[in-house]
Amino acid sequence: MTTPPPDGLIVVAKADCPTCRLVEPLLTELADAGPLQVYVQDDSDYAATLPGTRFDETLEHSWRLETEFVPTLIRMEQGREVSRTYGWDKAEWRAISGLSGLGEALPVMRPGCGSKTLEPGIAERLELAFGDVQLKSREIDVSAEDDAIEACYARGWSDGLPVVPPTPVRVLRMLKGTTRDPQEVVGLMPPDLVSCTVEKVAINAVMAGCKPEYMPVLLAALEASLEDDFGLHGLICTTMFGSPLIMVNGPITKAIGMNSGNNALGQGNRANATIGRALQLIIRNVGGGRPGEIDRAALGNPGKYTFCFAEAEDSEWLPLAQERGIAAGRSAVTVFPGEGVQGIIDQKSRDPESLARSMAESLRAVDNVKLAMAGDAVLVVSPEHARIFIEAGWSKQRLRETLEQLLMAPGEKLLVGAGGIAEGIPARFKDKQVPKFRPGGLLIVRAGGTAGLFSAIIAGWAASGPVGSSPVTREVIL
Amino acid sequence: MNDSILLDPTAETAPAQRARLARPDSLEGKVVGLLDISKPRGNVFLDRIEEQLAALGISVNRYSKPTFTRPAPTALKQQMAAEVDVLVEGLAD
Repeated sequence: MTTPPPDGLIVVAKADCPTCRLVEPLLTELADAGPLQVYVQDDSDYAATLPGTRFDETLEHSWRLETEFVPTLIRMEQGREVSRTYGWDKAEWRAISGLSGLGEALPVMRPGCGSKTLEPGIAERLELAFGDVQLKSREIDVSAEDDAIEACYARGWSDGLPVVPPTPVRVLRMLKGTTRDPQEVVGLMPPDLVSCTVEKVAINAVMAGCKPEYMPVLLAALEASLEDDFGLHGLICTTMFGSPLIMVNGPITKAIGMNSGNNALGQGNRANATIGRALQLIIRNVGGGRPGEIDRAALGNPGKYTFCFAEAEDSEWLPLAQERGIAAGRSAVTVFPGEGVQGIIDQKSRDPESLARSMAESLRAVDNVKLAMAGDAVLVVSPEHARIFIEAGWSKQRLRETLEQLLMAPGEKLLVGAGGIAEGIPARFKDKQVPKFRPGGLLIVRAGGTAGLFSAIIAGWAASGPVGSSPVTREVIL
Repeated sequence: MNDSILLDPTAETAPAQRARLARPDSLEGKVVGLLDISKPRGNVFLDRIEEQLAALGISVNRYSKPTFTRPAPTALKQQMAAEVDVLVEGLAD
């Protein structure tokens, strides 16, 4: 409908709405007074004797008139809407119609009903049919196959688990989670270096099982991953273990129900599970990073299905995002080239010095006890362990500095061949004290359930830093 | 919800219709499976194929479905996939 509705009055109604039935006898009076168009959403048996009545079977007219309630009364003049009311409101109907005696016998006011255009699942279908939104992705007709989920498997779109079939309605619904244009290019997706649009992100988010409100976090995580410092191309292609781990800070984590508590690194929370999975599906489907092809990982790690969690922020410890330059009260993601999870069990330390030494010894195992300044690491400190530091007045920064000191090692013990182990660092470090991690290479977050004197190490890619991948933090824009 | 139209999640660098596997240039060194779907006289056709392949020195494995009315059992499909490079199926009587 490219031409505007005709001048005069328009009524949008539903036959099964009692208020619409209440005003039905008045419509003859309105029609006698001037042009009247009546759009009936559900039935042709309403105001059927009036010449201006139309059964709005496709709901196109109702949708274009942005009808939220029935009955809705609209006055058009010179192709433009000049007034509108909804439900039955005697004074409003009289003012808009110009009929001062309209509905004398009716009550002063009766609320109406919801418009059919807003029923679940209808609004997106109408927008796809009649709206301006244009989805550009190729349509794949799978009607010849008996199961859409199986069709997705057959086309290689899955990580091995079932995906939600990305129908146009589902994708449109997902796009409601962002104000960004579907055709905006988020970046060039490695390894194939193809343009990744917001629409492609939404399609893969649908398949991963995301809710629309996760989109800002997913987009931030994708943009962080695509920053040059993160080195996503190499991370995808490496024979080593790593893959993007997403750590989320700030109010968005509570708004979308992310888990930072019990089992924070495990299964069971939709936001954690599907945001991480969506990023992996984008790598696979848009970027072409498929295992055994360009993804050359020898072993991989379970986080390549999904790896995403929120920090359990504590007022005494600076959250990771703030340590990395994000203002307090803002939300952000930090991507890290994570491997798997290695637990640190220490149920006996009750003072920060003992616990820090315990953590430092465990951190030596990152990559190999004989390697240094190779892979970064995230230390995930559980609340019970964090409490030992916090009650002793140790900040995160103090813990990090202490760990860095404790992790200095005499080079001669780490050299190639030392200790009867061929692996090791070059001979030039023989007389030096060698740090385990490069500067900035040890990240600390607080997460986990409140019972359990355990923490965890998530090792990074052994090609950490400028040679490979550095963690990247990016604000979540709502 | 109409589930028969899906939006392509990929970079769309591959054709929408998946291509069949390329046929081998030669059967030399390949193992050829002959699948009898258990329709009458399918074996006559497959026996003749086997004779001709054998004359070319190509090794042949014979299989048969329990009944032509149903898809091949999964175990049979897996067995054929593991044992042969090429499969010839006699479809009708």
